[in-house]
Amino acid sequence: MPAAPESANSSHGGGLIGWIDQRFPLTSLWKEHVAEYYAPKNFNFWYYFGSLALLILVNQLVTGIFLTMNYKPSSTEAFSSIEYIMRDVDWGWLIRYMHSTGASAFFIVIYLHMFRALLYGSHRRPRELVWIFGCLIFLLLMAEGFMGYVLPWGNMSYWGAQVIVSLFGSLPYVGGFLVEWIRGDYYIADATLNRFFALHVAALPLALIFLVVAHIMALHEVGSNNPDGIDIKKHKDAQGHPLDGVPFHPYYTVKDTMGVAGFLLLFCGVIFFAPTFGGLFLESPNFGPANALQTPPHIAPVWYFTPFYAMLRAVPSFAGTQVWGVMVMGASIVVLFFVPWLDRSPVKSIRYRGPMYKIMLTIFVLSFISLGVCGLKPPSGIYPTVAKVCTVLYFAFFLLMPWYTKLDSVKPVPERVTGHD
Amino acid sequence: MIKRWVLVTIALFSAGAATADEEGGIALSKAGTDISNTESLQRGARNFMNYCSGCHSLKYLRYNRLAADLKIPESELAADLMFTSDKAFDTINSSMPKDSEAWFGKSPPDLSLMARERGVDYLYSYLKGFYVDKTRPWGVNNLYLPSAAMPDVLAELHGLQKPVFKNEQDERGNARMVLVGADAMTPGSMKPEEYDQFVRDTVNFLDYAGEPVKNKRQSMGVFVTLFLLVFFAFAYLLKKEYWKDVH
Repeated sequence: MPAAPESANSSHGGGLIGWIDQRFPLTSLWKEHVAEYYAPKNFNFWYYFGSLALLILVNQLVTGIFLTMNYKPSSTEAFSSIEYIMRDVDWGWLIRYMHSTGASAFFIVIYLHMFRALLYGSHRRPRELVWIFGCLIFLLLMAEGFMGYVLPWGNMSYWGAQVIVSLFGSLPYVGGFLVEWIRGDYYIADATLNRFFALHVAALPLALIFLVVAHIMALHEVGSNNPDGIDIKKHKDAQGHPLDGVPFHPYYTVKDTMGVAGFLLLFCGVIFFAPTFGGLFLESPNFGPANALQTPPHIAPVWYFTPFYAMLRAVPSFAGTQVWGVMVMGASIVVLFFVPWLDRSPVKSIRYRGPMYKIMLTIFVLSFISLGVCGLKPPSGIYPTVAKVCTVLYFAFFLLMPWYTKLDSVKPVPERVTGHD
Repeated sequence: MIKRWVLVTIALFSAGAATADEEGGIALSKAGTDISNTESLQRGARNFMNYCSGCHSLKYLRYNRLAADLKIPESELAADLMFTSDKAFDTINSSMPKDSEAWFGKSPPDLSLMARERGVDYLYSYLKGFYVDKTRPWGVNNLYLPSAAMPDVLAELHGLQKPVFKNEQDERGNARMVLVGADAMTPGSMKPEEYDQFVRDTVNFLDYAGEPVKNKRQSMGVFVTLFLLVFFAFAYLLKKEYWKDVH
């Protein structure tokens, strides 16, 4: 008897899928990342924001492509082309509002997603790379959001770009050259708009997609954390599946569908009833075209940058330069990358941590929100003082972390997860 | 659980939303406009074409779009509203020549997006805020836009107003006069309530011109929300069905 031919492929089914599987790992990819990716069964409310971030990324890519079809990246035509989209392009207003609301929604979801990590220790070993990829995504997202905000070429776009780009000018020696190099001109001009468009629609989205894939691959390599912060792979059944895990599909696909429905209710509520969100998502000075001779009464970045903008303004100039504020603002992002190593607690989840971490996390969240409010306000009255105090508290949360997480009391961590919603 | 989600999102934003707009100066009057009131919009369009369009354009709004949205027949459109163009698909341009800047010190701005940029309350207050000021080139100034370049073109309707000052002390204790409002000085051809309505209609029309799709957007939003509520209910039941075996 001759051996069965092509025994290596005997595991493949027939039909079209079988034909593809012999040439491309379709079924095995599906199994590895979806149908047989075992996720802890006790995910709670905070675990919706990963899939929602992915949904918004797709929303931004698709609506962005359609906007690009009618947008003109030129300083003389950009503003008019936005109004053309809003008035003359079929459903252009909806596509534009989906994109502009999506930008703000992206940051809401990402901030909540990052907060979840701080709650349950999702950045801790062995998920340090998941966290680092995530921080890079956040950083790129800020660049993407900033450049996207310049494209409508409204007056706030123009002056916002002017303020942010000139920050680089405070760097010693290279500052002046760097600012000119970024702008491509001696002021914010057509050349600036063109390159921001190129970066916004091609370079940064490509990098973002690459990093999102890396983020998910790193996550699936080590498995998801959970609200108890314990390893579900310690207890497996006869087939080698975690006892406290469920296959991502169908359990989390149906659960995330529910999350998507809930999210869309809020998202569409904003799109259809309050697309400017009281001047927070679309600022009113941006309904006037860019004007190099007329500064808006009060220049504030979009809300999702205001915590960092407040930190920038909170630092006084010293030795004749503003560079310290820029460095503090940069450090406020850089410090995020070190969180997996700053956290010395023997437990991951806030459920089993002591009061010190809970107090510090609460102070951190309150100071971050307060910084956001301060960044929206003109720097007068109590706001500069509040911003200074909150900047110190923001950094205290990170820089004191090695001590308070080590000194903190802990509760005993159970062997198995404690239930699900 | 969803309640918690909603609460968290609302809490995050109420902090910011409350801080959106705050400006010093004299408090604005409420415009009280309603873009679902088609008759008001029609009157506003008439007011705009008769009193504003000589100097101000609506360069992003087309005549035929206006006619369709405001339910104005094309025949009436051409006869009553089109003074500067003969094509219904044209945008609404003004007759201002290029050198208008030399006449006023500033070209009359396009008003397509003025309601979105400054808000309806500002426009309403501005049009009611002219007062006599002999030091200005046109003899008038404005409570809400000091040194306004625009003459009071509606003076024949509402009459002239005189400024009202209040005596105050500055931080060093010196007396100074602060402008706090304006009072009627001479009567116009309209009663004050009539003029308020005239301005309200005009501003309402400018609000429409800022975003012609606003009415449609809001009425569509109701159906979108209803659909999503049903979708959410089914998604919830589906999740419950799948998860009933997980303990």
